[in-house]
Amino acid sequence: MLMIRCPHCEETLPELEFAYAGEAHIDRPVRPEELSDEEWRNFLFIRTNERGLHFERWRHIHGCARFFNAVRDTVSDQFLTTYKSGTPRPTEDELKELAK
Amino acid sequence: MTHFSAFSLLRNSLSGHKNWPKQWPDAAPKSEYDVIIVGAGGHGLGAAYYLAKEHGITNVAVIEKGWLGGGNTGRNTTIIRSNYLYDESAGLYDHAVDLWDGLSQELNYNVMFSQRGVMMLAHNVHDVQSFKRHIHANRLNGVDNKWISPEEAKAICPPLDISPTARYPVMGAAFQQRAGTARHDAVAWGYARAAAARGVDIIQNCPVLSIRRGTDGAVKGVETGKGFIKAKKVAVSAAGNTSVVMQTADVQLPLESFPLQALVSEPVKPIMPCVVMSNSVHAYISQSDKGELVIGSGTDQYISYSQRGGLPLIEHTVAAICEIFPIFRRMRMLRKWGGIVDVTPDRSAILGKTPVKGLYVNCGWGTGGFKATPGAAHVLAHTVAKDEPHPINAPFTLERFQTGRLIDEAAAAAVAH
Repeated sequence: MLMIRCPHCEETLPELEFAYAGEAHIDRPVRPEELSDEEWRNFLFIRTNERGLHFERWRHIHGCARFFNAVRDTVSDQFLTTYKSGTPRPTEDELKELAK
Repeated sequence: MTHFSAFSLLRNSLSGHKNWPKQWPDAAPKSEYDVIIVGAGGHGLGAAYYLAKEHGITNVAVIEKGWLGGGNTGRNTTIIRSNYLYDESAGLYDHAVDLWDGLSQELNYNVMFSQRGVMMLAHNVHDVQSFKRHIHANRLNGVDNKWISPEEAKAICPPLDISPTARYPVMGAAFQQRAGTARHDAVAWGYARAAAARGVDIIQNCPVLSIRRGTDGAVKGVETGKGFIKAKKVAVSAAGNTSVVMQTADVQLPLESFPLQALVSEPVKPIMPCVVMSNSVHAYISQSDKGELVIGSGTDQYISYSQRGGLPLIEHTVAAICEIFPIFRRMRMLRKWGGIVDVTPDRSAILGKTPVKGLYVNCGWGTGGFKATPGAAHVLAHTVAKDEPHPINAPFTLERFQTGRLIDEAAAAAVAH
């Protein structure tokens, strides 16, 4: 079972307390009416589906119920870090440091 | 190629079955092919076979990073059915069932296709209504499916608990008699053997690292672990890793890869005469010819390439199985495993051309690709050979995610298939 650290509760808890909420850092279009069909497709359906480090959202649904972001290696399922929504994503250097 | 028959079996039994030749050679890559298929699962090997047999294209290589049939072909629960709601899906899956029927004879290889029937249990009013709708839609499409009462379900499958006090009461079931199971490994082996006999090269332990495109944008070949291989056409049929391979050709796919788990029990005497699925509680079960109960679970909630998956899902599935079949409560489970399934937003496959000239894709089968194996392979071969889709796979385009013409089995089934 995955052990996930909630950055709001500051506790590491079993996967069962959490709900996965898809890829992180996908911005909603500011002017939806100006989007082409291709841009709509990309926003709605295209995901990186990364084999490696994946930026993703989780929700602490059976705890504080808040959303947060995580970086996880999708090959080993190891979490590198979790951070609050709204904060910038970790840089490549920071991720390299975390992966050590 | 040795022809299997009662006579060859008898002759080899005299020498203690020690003189059977290798069924196909492990080929080394040539420098150039007309068609390269990425992924030696049932779909890829089948496509190679139909390319050679129906379209006369034999300068074909099937390239596999691991061993033949070692991905989802060897990891699924072997269930075959075609009772899908939409016309497009019914057409595609029923085409597959038609080809399953007679596949052993065609390949001269016993794929152990057994039309033992698939029963889908209805546990609540919503299930009853939606299954009846499915049955009517199926019958309009010429796909056999019928509604049966709890008593009829019990008569077909005696271990089933139909008591009104059951945790998941059985209010009836949809039953497709033509559906059933097949031996998953044998499908890959049978297609490999038949394709190799027609001149197809099967190259194992050779990962495809990237797809190379020329200055005109068209496909030039593939970079592999064994060097560059030139090809006029490339078809990618790599299940959970399809999006990784296709990104190297700059094609973005609406796919997410999830682990899907299954488990088997210790072998017991025959007790499950058919396949039983329960969509509401996310469990399905059948019995292999070896005697193991084969139990399918759901997908994990997070994307992953780990081919393992988490234990909470297994616990949930086994708990549901024990409620529906109390007789299995003391059964011991032998092993569990996971396969990586590529899921599309509408839960229907993508099978056809891509924006790149000479590049074709067969992916997005999600949790239900095995049943489609011969059908998908057959129409993929047609698409590659003619450079245009077969009428059966014409709706399953990549463009539908841009035009909005989805084949929304996700809304229709709302469950693993």
